[in-house]
Amino acid sequence: MTAIAIPSGMPQYEDVPRYDVAAVRADFPMLEREVNGHPMVYLDSANTSQKPRQVLDVLREHYERHNGNVSRSVHTVGTEATEAYERARAKVAAFINAPSPDEVVFTKNSTEAINLVAYAFLAASVTTGASRGSGPEERFRIGPGDEIVISEMEHHSNIVPWQLLCERTGATLRWFGITEGGRLDESNLEELVNERTKLVSLVHMSNILGTVNATARITERVRQVGALLMLDCSQSVPHLPVDVVDLDADFIAFTGHKMCGPTGIGVLWGRGELLAAMPPFLGGGSMIETVAMTGSTYAPPPARFEAGTPPIAEAVALGAAVDYLSGIGMRAIQWHEKELTAYALDALETVPGLRIFGPRVPVGRGGTISFALDGVHPHDVGQILDAQGVEVRVGHHCARPVCVRFGVPATTRASFYLYTTTSEIDALVRGLEQVRKVFG
Amino acid sequence: MTQVDQLYQEIILDHYKHPHGRGLREPYAAEAHHVNPTCGDEVTIRVDLADGVLRDVSYDGMGCSISQASASVLHELLTGRGTGEISAVHSAFVELMSGRGQVTPDEELLGDAVAFAGVARYPARVKCALLPWMAFKDAAARAGVAIEANSGTERSEVTTA
Repeated sequence: MTAIAIPSGMPQYEDVPRYDVAAVRADFPMLEREVNGHPMVYLDSANTSQKPRQVLDVLREHYERHNGNVSRSVHTVGTEATEAYERARAKVAAFINAPSPDEVVFTKNSTEAINLVAYAFLAASVTTGASRGSGPEERFRIGPGDEIVISEMEHHSNIVPWQLLCERTGATLRWFGITEGGRLDESNLEELVNERTKLVSLVHMSNILGTVNATARITERVRQVGALLMLDCSQSVPHLPVDVVDLDADFIAFTGHKMCGPTGIGVLWGRGELLAAMPPFLGGGSMIETVAMTGSTYAPPPARFEAGTPPIAEAVALGAAVDYLSGIGMRAIQWHEKELTAYALDALETVPGLRIFGPRVPVGRGGTISFALDGVHPHDVGQILDAQGVEVRVGHHCARPVCVRFGVPATTRASFYLYTTTSEIDALVRGLEQVRKVFG
Repeated sequence: MTQVDQLYQEIILDHYKHPHGRGLREPYAAEAHHVNPTCGDEVTIRVDLADGVLRDVSYDGMGCSISQASASVLHELLTGRGTGEISAVHSAFVELMSGRGQVTPDEELLGDAVAFAGVARYPARVKCALLPWMAFKDAAARAGVAIEANSGTERSEVTTA
């Protein structure tokens, strides 16, 4: 067979970064297990990813060799723990191209990161007394007449905090719709984002539709009207290269457990000058400068937002996860998932009665595919698949407004990661045949 | 039979594909709407209760085969029964579903509902099976009839319609 020559000057096939998927799979002990007598086919990484041995080893080694509390010990192990914790912060900062590690705040998950920003707005809005109207937090003060803009595509964690904030301050919550094809409907951008808008908070990659939102136009409009932009990157940071300078956002949130790290650790990245202007969130140890019975002053960010003993080992292990992902290369992971997505979209089209929600081309989308099987409830789909060892998520995926938008109570969702193979997608398609047999 | 076959017994699939007594009907004494927040399954139950007899129980809903078949079985088992019998059947069903597959169902009392014995082994699905039964209990309470549990673990509160 003669290969078709790609004209010189164009990207060549060999230019695409690749890695050995079988070697990667060997790093993940969980992928060796069986479920209900079948080799496990794990297609639920958008829910939580599996963890490589390299991350588990670091977690164990931290507790076995370097365990001490951070930021308050003069002894050797406390110093080692502090250094490891801060090294992890620097690794995470480099991973998202943050200008400074001090712009990385460790939280327990994305939800807490988003709430942290929402509570900064709330705290700034209820401030009374001498500082009112003069403090640096003025930028975060909102009230009746002000608007916050989200979208119909959000995870509940990027809806409910803003609903609460608006209820409590009298501000108005508005949102972008979704097109029939599963893209963000930007047709009313100019009207939706206006001089009353204080913040636009959007999902970067949808956890249910798989859509990756192109944010450039929105960012431009946000800058025009002087609002702030937050991106929920929970689904994008694990799967594609994310560069906060390039994105030109003001805040991003993401979580460790979806990117080969442990649970209990998340990240809020914010522009340095904004974090510095934000009032504290949780009060307690480590976030203070000095405490007197008559009042306290607060540490600069990121410590200001990390009250109490933080998830130290989890942060250190997240640093190891970042090393692991960087070692393979985020471009290579993105490309691997793009190929899987193209393969899966084609394969799923062959299943009679199957309807895909979200983009049906592997462009501007990630490896998360939601679908409905005619006449069979997703719970039943998930159960029959599980009996064959195929692990998918079913339900509304904490994005109920998306289900309402497409007129379904729930969907079945298959999601891929760096360790997913095309033969696992074949197993999914075979499993769906079985579902159709049972419910046919 | 494999475990998953036990979960999807012919009886359950049959009730799912050919539900008995589905649709909301008049007259009714009270109505309750229950939602399973984790999966979004919904059911609305209406009870037509008079003189201590359940003359009709009508329902509508959307959800998985387990929750919808359960509503169909409930309709079949409880329609035309007196409140005492209803309490007995109700608590037997709740006990079966809470038994993690260790309870031997009373076929005399539960009829087609014995098919749900397999569901009890799947903790994630027990709530699906119980959804219509909890909505029914709520609707009955609103109609002034308390569905008492024999075991004492399930207490119902009486509210007036």
